[in-house]
Amino acid sequence: MAEIKDMQRLDDARRRLLTLPAVLFILAFAALPLLVVLAYSFMKPATYGGVEWQLSADAYVGFLFQKDIFDDSLTFSSEYLLIFARTFLFGIATTVVCLLIGFPTAYYMATRPPQTRNWWVLLITIPFWSNLLVRTIAVMFIIRDEGLINTVLLSLGVVDQPVTMIFTDFAILLGLFYSFLPFMILPVYASLEKLDFRLVEAGYDLYASRFQVLTRIIIPLTWPGIATGSLLVFIPSFGAYVTPLLLGGGRHLMIGDLIALQFGSSRNWPLGSAFSMILMAFVMLALFFQIRKNAGGVSHG
Amino acid sequence: MADVAVVRSPDIKKQSGFAFIAASCVAVLYLPMLVVIAYSFNSANNLAAKWHGFTTSWYNVVLANGEFYDSAILSVIVAVAATLISTVLATAAALGTTRGRPWRGQGSAYLTITTPLVVPEIVTGISLLSFFAFLSTVTGIDLGIWKLILAHSAFCIPFAYLPIRARLEGMDTTLDNAAADLYATPWKTFRYVTLPLLVPGISSGAALAFIVSFDDFTITQLIAGPGETTLPLYIWGRIRRTLTPELNAMCTLLLLISLAFIVLSFVLSHRRRA
Repeated sequence: MAEIKDMQRLDDARRRLLTLPAVLFILAFAALPLLVVLAYSFMKPATYGGVEWQLSADAYVGFLFQKDIFDDSLTFSSEYLLIFARTFLFGIATTVVCLLIGFPTAYYMATRPPQTRNWWVLLITIPFWSNLLVRTIAVMFIIRDEGLINTVLLSLGVVDQPVTMIFTDFAILLGLFYSFLPFMILPVYASLEKLDFRLVEAGYDLYASRFQVLTRIIIPLTWPGIATGSLLVFIPSFGAYVTPLLLGGGRHLMIGDLIALQFGSSRNWPLGSAFSMILMAFVMLALFFQIRKNAGGVSHG
Repeated sequence: MADVAVVRSPDIKKQSGFAFIAASCVAVLYLPMLVVIAYSFNSANNLAAKWHGFTTSWYNVVLANGEFYDSAILSVIVAVAATLISTVLATAAALGTTRGRPWRGQGSAYLTITTPLVVPEIVTGISLLSFFAFLSTVTGIDLGIWKLILAHSAFCIPFAYLPIRARLEGMDTTLDNAAADLYATPWKTFRYVTLPLLVPGISSGAALAFIVSFDDFTITQLIAGPGETTLPLYIWGRIRRTLTPELNAMCTLLLLISLAFIVLSFVLSHRRRA
């Protein structure tokens, strides 16, 4: 008995040792940098970028208030708050649209014969991993005033002037939807594929309506996939940087661009750090909800 | 079969309209990419949507472009280094966190390893920028291209880790136990039993790590120093200037590189388990 316990302890130690390098590497090059940002968010900006080593909450105050340049008095300013609200709204809208379109697609995929299913998965996997910058550029080329869509519309005589799509909110939403749709389809599909369709049949046999089957059987049982997919769409669209820059033309900012701006031409690292921390707080909140909802889903199923 | 007996209930496999939605999804996902690919063969001298005729000359222009070539080399160097580092670390971690009794702290280790997946890229980018700036003011060391390699390795670890872990979880431990019963040392068991079975998982993870590193734009743009231009950064620079037709060819080449590694990873991870 003692021998087995010793061996198990040895095995534990060995497996712990194997895991350690990856954990340390991520702590050093992913977690520690986040702590640096947290620290920077409580300092004062240096004139040419970087920070001055002085404790200050100015960055967080600056999120909500504007300091008068003459008498240092604070007035409420909703400028940044509005950009945050806009970004949040865009994130939610993208997630909802991706779910509404992605769920039926995943359901269709999961109900194909196994051989066909694999082809569908590959078909969705390719855009999932394809270069996001290139995919966004592709959207830009298509919706430009001189792009394919407008050229076709003009030559068909549907419109006599190009429809302005690029550099609008519509363009950003389209770009976000296009970028992250596969991130919704694949996790939802993974859940639906494991779903025992006999339960759905049983539901129908017991005179449940389509809607009841969907809300009482399918959604609860596939909730983990729906939650994961929503998170995978929400997080990157909430933190989107390239999409609004390319398709919004820099005029329709989202938080991601605002952060990059502070570390670039605005040279206010503490403010950018504070924005990042607020963004991270939202992400943590979303993660927290996902974990709770996931636990809830399991107990119901 | 059940669906013969049950005439009244609707066929659960058939939801009217779902096929149309699925087909539209595929169309929407592929149309922009296909347009870029098609127009990379358009002989027109500008990016207008009119079709002038077939040509491959834009590819000659791109391949004769020294800057494009240099940035491609840098991208490959960074991606290969990051793939090697992240795959080795991820393989070890996957072996340490699967099969057998979970050890104390294993849950936190898993959370730490997958952290890069939930942090928005922009935040990762500026945090690394701040971190390396801090490092260089304190120690005076500028890491140069190692900044890119270390950063890429860190965010590639979870992408390499997940497929390897999935493969390990699907493998049963009978063979390992047999090897141990036959007095193989843990190293020998790993080298001659576990590793050969794990190769598809490792290759699949490595292919994903490579593609994630090779394609990264946001993080790289924030931390790259002057002259450290990877392929996505080069294309970005070109997009910000005048739009010229060879951009289509560049984008197509990048898509093809992604495609090659995606299909490789997919085939490896979907091959029938040994």
